[in-house]
Amino acid sequence: MKKILKNEGVQAFVASIICILLGLLIGYIVLLFINPSGAGESIVNVIKNFFTWSRPQSQMKQLGNTLAKTMPLILCSLSILFSYKVGLFNIGCAGQYVAGACASLYAGLAWGWGWLPCMIFAIVAGALLGGITGLLKAYCNVNEVISGIMLNWIALYTSNTLLTNVKETASPYTLYLDKTNPGAILPTLGLDKLFNNNSNVTIAVPLTIVAAVVIWIILSKTKLGYELKATGNNRNAAKYAGMTQNRNIIMTIAISGALAGLGASLLYQTGYMRWECTQSSVPAMGFNGIAAAFLGGLHPLGAIFSSFFIQHITDGGQYVNTNFYSSQISDVISSVIIYLCSFVLFIKLTMKKMLAKSDEKKGAK
Amino acid sequence: MLLLTQYTLIFASVLLLVALGGCISEHSGVINLGLEGIMVVGALGGALVMRSLGTTSALVMVLVAMLAAALAGMLYSCLLGVAAIHFKADQTLVGTAMNLLATAAATVFVKAMNTAANPDNHSSEIEYIRARKMFIVNINGFEFNWFMLVAIIAVVLVYFLLYKNRLGLRLMACGEHPQAAASVGVSVYKMRWTGVLISGALGGLGGLCYILAGVSVWKFENGVAGFGFLALAVMIFGQWKPTRIAIAALIFGLFRALSNTYTGFPFLANLNLPGNVYNMMPYIVCLIVLAFTSKASHAPKAEGIPYDKGSR
Repeated sequence: MKKILKNEGVQAFVASIICILLGLLIGYIVLLFINPSGAGESIVNVIKNFFTWSRPQSQMKQLGNTLAKTMPLILCSLSILFSYKVGLFNIGCAGQYVAGACASLYAGLAWGWGWLPCMIFAIVAGALLGGITGLLKAYCNVNEVISGIMLNWIALYTSNTLLTNVKETASPYTLYLDKTNPGAILPTLGLDKLFNNNSNVTIAVPLTIVAAVVIWIILSKTKLGYELKATGNNRNAAKYAGMTQNRNIIMTIAISGALAGLGASLLYQTGYMRWECTQSSVPAMGFNGIAAAFLGGLHPLGAIFSSFFIQHITDGGQYVNTNFYSSQISDVISSVIIYLCSFVLFIKLTMKKMLAKSDEKKGAK
Repeated sequence: MLLLTQYTLIFASVLLLVALGGCISEHSGVINLGLEGIMVVGALGGALVMRSLGTTSALVMVLVAMLAAALAGMLYSCLLGVAAIHFKADQTLVGTAMNLLATAAATVFVKAMNTAANPDNHSSEIEYIRARKMFIVNINGFEFNWFMLVAIIAVVLVYFLLYKNRLGLRLMACGEHPQAAASVGVSVYKMRWTGVLISGALGGLGGLCYILAGVSVWKFENGVAGFGFLALAVMIFGQWKPTRIAIAALIFGLFRALSNTYTGFPFLANLNLPGNVYNMMPYIVCLIVLAFTSKASHAPKAEGIPYDKGSR
């Protein structure tokens, strides 16, 4: 038992579980304060999400929808954790996601491109926007968090302006991608059959898993990953060892942005979501990516599970009793989880101390 | 032109208050990226008072609402204090979490409150038409807002606190070299808490000022549109010095004001640019300014580094 607990990975897992449980508890307490009578049922519904449906077919269909939104979330959390490993906090991920959405939708709707070119265009758009943050950081020493936030807003307003050209005349939403240009819709590879013909489940699922594995391999098995991590640990030492730090910084955020851009294209090219050209806030996907990345212990494979969990409770928010509560309760839960994740280091230290203490006692005996 | 001046001054007041908050917190050694969230909570505190205070005199209304906003901001900044000062948490992460939490929690809270009052009302809006009038003195068409005065007082106070006062010098020492400060008997924990709490109060005030700037109804789902981060940019542009921050706030305030008033200027309206261009303006200007001013950074040396008694 103790041997297992000494493993770093297990400690990270335990810490994440503690964060989740505390987050849910606080969410429950908030619901209790608002209205005690329906709180228990509502928090259970948040946790159950698609299981609240009684028919197994509907359950599968809803699970498919959650999966469709989990894929971009996984990519956003990969984007965050990749740059974080290199010592950069890429909060601009949200804007890079917006850039990807804008690029893929515009190419698909206005120019009638096929799905693969659209996707590549989205990746390039995300990478370019990330590259700006990287350039500013490397050559002008601009804090990447602040430039990232500024670029988020710039990306949002630019996308609103551009996508207005391809919107429906009667509504603020963009045209339906599946009706305007079916060629831009991602192929399903037969995966839709598994989820009660839910066409939102596409090639995105295998692509995302591949991306996670590739990021994991780059970070832990290649020379590039080693150099990037070294730059993150100590800029000057890395420079002294002959690594080109400016190039590494720019490349890191560009890769990070490419992941976010890909994520957006994987959601918007299913036709599941349309862009609202009058929206006044940056989509939450990029910010939720932060939650997922830290909850997953900053490990690419952990991110897969934590992303699914975050998306699961975010979707679960719609099943609360809306007579008293609002669906944003799941945003409260996930932001509390992010806050608690900042204590993970402390939780791990405490665990190590406790283990060391009990070892000492044994030694004394 | 009058309108442009008015909007410039009110937005500059918002940025100034919040940037001064960030400045004090960073001088004590804690990066306060949660200012955006603190603004939302401060705005909520003020809005609740404005809504619940019935018929009172303008003076009472203004003072109580400001006090509530400052207290709400201080209370919320404790989340940062606990995590960053005592648990050595990553301050960027804590700040981000606070920003997300504030908007979500404020939305849930206001919606629950509205729904409890009227079962069909699921909006996240608080309305304060009458209260807003009490903040404003009309001088020949120019709407003077009491917050403009508060912002000026804040600059003076912060200036004296930081440079003409023992507390301020000790506080800044904790942001430059906390171990050195500790070696002469200054409590680093106490100083950092002072910095965080003052920044919470100023951030909360700034939040209330922001929602009073142009409208009489606030939808809490929208947060404060990156103003907390703009304020941090103002602080960097102002090189962490109160007087320079005041100038920087005016410049940024002007660009923000343009998006509200550009239709009133014939030569701007004739350019026929989409409104979104003006919406983007403050953020673009911010990036350009930062690109030119960040190289020679005067940031406090120990900011963002958790205090460790044992390290040298």
